[in-house]
Amino acid sequence: MKHRLHVLACAAVCSSMVATPLLAATPTTLGTPEGKLNIIAWPGYIERGETDKNYDWVTQFEKNTGCQVSVKTAATSDEMVSLMNSPNYDLVTASGDASLRLIYGKKVQEINPNLIPSWNTLDPRVKNGNWYTVGGKVYGTPYQWGANFLMYNTKLYPTAPTSWAAVFEPGKLANGQSNKGKVQAYDGAIYIADAALYLMSKNPALGIKDPYELNETQYQAVLQLLRQQKQLAHRYWHDVTVQMNDFKKEGVAASSAWGYTINTLQGENFPVAGVIPKEGATGWADTTMLHAKAQHPVCAYKWMEWSLNKNLQSSLAEWFGSNPVVADACKTKAPGGSDFCKSNGFDRFAQIRFWKTPIATCKTQGTCVPYSRWTSDYIAIMGGR
Amino acid sequence: MMTASLPVTPAAPALGLWQRLGVALYRRPGLQLGLLLGLPLLWFLVVYIGSLATLLAQSFFTFDDFTMEVSRELTLANYRQLLQPANFDVVLRTLLMASAVSLASAVLAFPLAYYMVRYARGWKKGFFYVAVMLPMWASYIVKVYAWTVLLAKDGMVYWAYQHLGLGGVMDWLMTLPLLGGNSLTTSHLGRFAVFTYIWLPFMILPVQAALERVPANLLQASSDLGANGAQTFRHVILPLAFPGVVAGSIFTFSLTLGDYIIPQIIGPSGLFIGSMVYTMQGSIGNMPLAAAFTVVPVVIIALYLTGARKLGAFDAL
Repeated sequence: MKHRLHVLACAAVCSSMVATPLLAATPTTLGTPEGKLNIIAWPGYIERGETDKNYDWVTQFEKNTGCQVSVKTAATSDEMVSLMNSPNYDLVTASGDASLRLIYGKKVQEINPNLIPSWNTLDPRVKNGNWYTVGGKVYGTPYQWGANFLMYNTKLYPTAPTSWAAVFEPGKLANGQSNKGKVQAYDGAIYIADAALYLMSKNPALGIKDPYELNETQYQAVLQLLRQQKQLAHRYWHDVTVQMNDFKKEGVAASSAWGYTINTLQGENFPVAGVIPKEGATGWADTTMLHAKAQHPVCAYKWMEWSLNKNLQSSLAEWFGSNPVVADACKTKAPGGSDFCKSNGFDRFAQIRFWKTPIATCKTQGTCVPYSRWTSDYIAIMGGR
Repeated sequence: MMTASLPVTPAAPALGLWQRLGVALYRRPGLQLGLLLGLPLLWFLVVYIGSLATLLAQSFFTFDDFTMEVSRELTLANYRQLLQPANFDVVLRTLLMASAVSLASAVLAFPLAYYMVRYARGWKKGFFYVAVMLPMWASYIVKVYAWTVLLAKDGMVYWAYQHLGLGGVMDWLMTLPLLGGNSLTTSHLGRFAVFTYIWLPFMILPVQAALERVPANLLQASSDLGANGAQTFRHVILPLAFPGVVAGSIFTFSLTLGDYIIPQIIGPSGLFIGSMVYTMQGSIGNMPLAAAFTVVPVVIIALYLTGARKLGAFDAL
């Protein structure tokens, strides 16, 4: 398993350059802050009040520590992994499908949780998570987690759909029309896991235990479901802006979507809502990881400590549509005053299947269909084959 | 006295550093050429040819599906994979779109360029030049996103069709197998329209340059010899301007062939060569297959350029 992952990591990370691990010893004390901090983050993850002045968790940090924060946003996990080839960055907010690649590619270094006083306030459910803890070593600080919601138009679904069947099976909308051409699916191969998750409860006889670990029979059943969905699909969404436009202008009724998309559309008073259906949902758990050659490690540790404060966690969760990793943050009022923990599925952690890269040697089955085949088959399905 | 009248050869004036350098270079034309072309040539060899060679080499490496690891064992498997139906679809889809876009651009560009050259004078000429160039100054991404709004079901294009009483025509168009889709934004027709819009200026300019060079006296001679307008057009203007059309199509064809942004934003699902390369390289690290896919447009364009050269397109660039 470990070896496979290593190889997997290398396929993505060191294909262009040979990784020369230059791991600094994990520090036991912190010196004076270096005055600068460079972070790679998802868009909307590190806000300094430039989009909305109420959502600002950088300015105070800069005042407290004297570390000037600059943020480089990345749109995909792959982009994050490749940006981390550069030693100019100190931290990265990596999702589960990138974090292990970074660890095995030796792009990030082990951290010392004792230097992060708020470590003990972490939600026990994310403590020691296998997406950032390897062999007892801790590679980063949990940041946030979230689900891929089922977003629906509340005019076309006056009562919330309870199952992912809304996007996988032919059906009728509230206006009497068929849902053909009114649903969307994500255009990344990782979406195969969403279909697997649905089949897991729809067809228990298949014996799917983990939607990222599928044997040949299960995999074929999942592909068949996706081919059926292709007949219903309006489009495979790739771009959040285009997806929002499709809901507003094209009459799309239901799709998988991010909390951010739902929040934005609701902010424009467009009638949509998001649910985590009864089957559960796929999701992501992000970790702030320290670059192996970080040039500003003290500022980085200061940020990791700062990132766990409950005000930041609650504002961020409300802003991004995600969940805090510090349980107390749910009771902390966010600028918008919403009950974000409830709407973002904080209590449904167990029902979220977090993103990970499917590999050939898997725990639940022995041999599974690897991600490279997921990609080529999903391309074929999107192309109508 | 005698000596005074003798012409005195003046001592050769001492040459400055630059002059001596000039003389030295003059005597060694090889060195001169080397200094002049060395750097650009090195740049060209290393950056262009070098990366192309690396690309070609990569396309023969082995990608192990099981371990997802690239090894340097040479294989033809990547090229065989190109022929798999799903992958071949990608190539065919891209190729058809590139051809259709080039053809449509030529049809739209020719009359416009002809008017610009033969009829527009004074401020009109300036206006047309600016009008053709102006869209190229705006951000490509902004324009493409704008089209998603225009082509949406609640967008302007549908609105216009509805008000012209042509809503039925649009619905019928969308049911056609090769053009249609759920709506204009998710149809091949919509994608084709956006591609044509984006690349049209690249066709107009070379065509206009070629028309500019058709001598007016040939047209007079043609009419003196009794040819009517249509004949002059067919036998004089078109053959002389055709290299310009081919030159323009080099742009529209290769730009469409390589684009990976428009296919992601507008049109039905199903990848283009560019988005396929992006996926293969980006999300699964299958560099060899990505490289093999990249070789496809290189080969197509090479063939295309060979043909274009025969048609004299390079004189019109």
